[in-house]
Amino acid sequence: MEIQSLLIISISAVFISNFVLSRILGLCPFIGVSKQLDSALGMGLAVIFVMGVASAVTWVIYRYLMLPSEQNLIYLILKGHIQNPPNLIYLRTLVFILVIAALVQFVEMVIQKTSPGLYRALGIYLPLITTNCAVLGVSILNIDSDYNFIESVVNGLMSGIGFTLALILMSGIREKLELANLPKAMRGTPIAFILAGLMALAFLGFSGLSIP
Amino acid sequence: MKIQEVLTRGLWTENPVFRLMLGLCPVLATSTSVQNAVGMGIAVIFVLTCSNLLISLIRSVVPDKIRIPIFISIIATFVTLVDLIMAAYFPDLHKSLGLFIPLIVVNCIILGRAEAFASKNNLFFSLMDGIAMGSGFTAALCLIATFREILGNGTWLGIPLFGSGFEPALLMILPSGAFFTIAFIIASLNGWDRRRKRQTKPSVQ
Repeated sequence: MEIQSLLIISISAVFISNFVLSRILGLCPFIGVSKQLDSALGMGLAVIFVMGVASAVTWVIYRYLMLPSEQNLIYLILKGHIQNPPNLIYLRTLVFILVIAALVQFVEMVIQKTSPGLYRALGIYLPLITTNCAVLGVSILNIDSDYNFIESVVNGLMSGIGFTLALILMSGIREKLELANLPKAMRGTPIAFILAGLMALAFLGFSGLSIP
Repeated sequence: MKIQEVLTRGLWTENPVFRLMLGLCPVLATSTSVQNAVGMGIAVIFVLTCSNLLISLIRSVVPDKIRIPIFISIIATFVTLVDLIMAAYFPDLHKSLGLFIPLIVVNCIILGRAEAFASKNNLFFSLMDGIAMGSGFTAALCLIATFREILGNGTWLGIPLFGSGFEPALLMILPSGAFFTIAFIIASLNGWDRRRKRQTKPSVQ
């Protein structure tokens, strides 16, 4: 039962509601870093990693620090002093963005210390991810869809994979496009958007998948 | 610096969407109808103006090293305000904009203006810059939404424009319609710029 729901979440995160082509999130790196296949791959890996970790961390913080329940840690610590568990849901946006910014910094430092090879591959892309709306987007989506911990992490990782898939497809096409003979006004960003539109049309086909 | 310069820069010469290409995700995602576009635009104008004002006010006391986290917290505070106000008074709009209201936090325009303008200029200019950049963003959003709503739904602000014989091109209100619309708008602006450059060059010589 569990496995089946995880599979459904994965397929829908990668194909049916792909972050870039269906939800239109994370466009800045999608247009900005898709000129070369190598950098697209680096950016994609960094995004998968950060989205997975961010999903896990924000879920735990939301569940155990912000949601008013008997397990709320603030309530457990201050039990003698306050009657009801505190309701901190309204702080969600503020807390999540700060957590993600801190997390990206932390991940960057850890990678720098532990594996210089990976740091060289991901290094320049990591700071850019803080302002990638896909990371905050997936954290909020996890909360809004009432996912449990494992579902949240899987949704985060798979959404990252969906983003990477779109980014890699795009960069593959754009590398070929460098040589194409285009009207001058269309060069650069406009043709990239046309490509994105065509890819979004193609991905629309996946929405016909009916999952029982 | 003149006030007209600040205003025209936000609305046209450095229009955040068409010229600087910042904050594209909300532009493309919420431009399915003019009504959504106006709602999103007003939310962005509010957040941008308020955060510009506050950041300009505290610019001399903010330590340089931790300015970005401080800016982000200020922006997130105003976004939360908008989120809660909209949920209370305009629940339908809040529902259709959904995820994109909290995502104003990561909109590059707002942090960009805080960093590039409000932290270096006085209160009045920062206020004007916030209004001008926000209006430029809203105007761009409404333009894209106009194309998409008329072609994809046959209406403008919910008013039917064509008779019952009009078959709307559903494609335009799907994500790919957003991509095509912005591609053609940017391409026409590029073409216009190139033509103007070609015309002005000989007269200079």
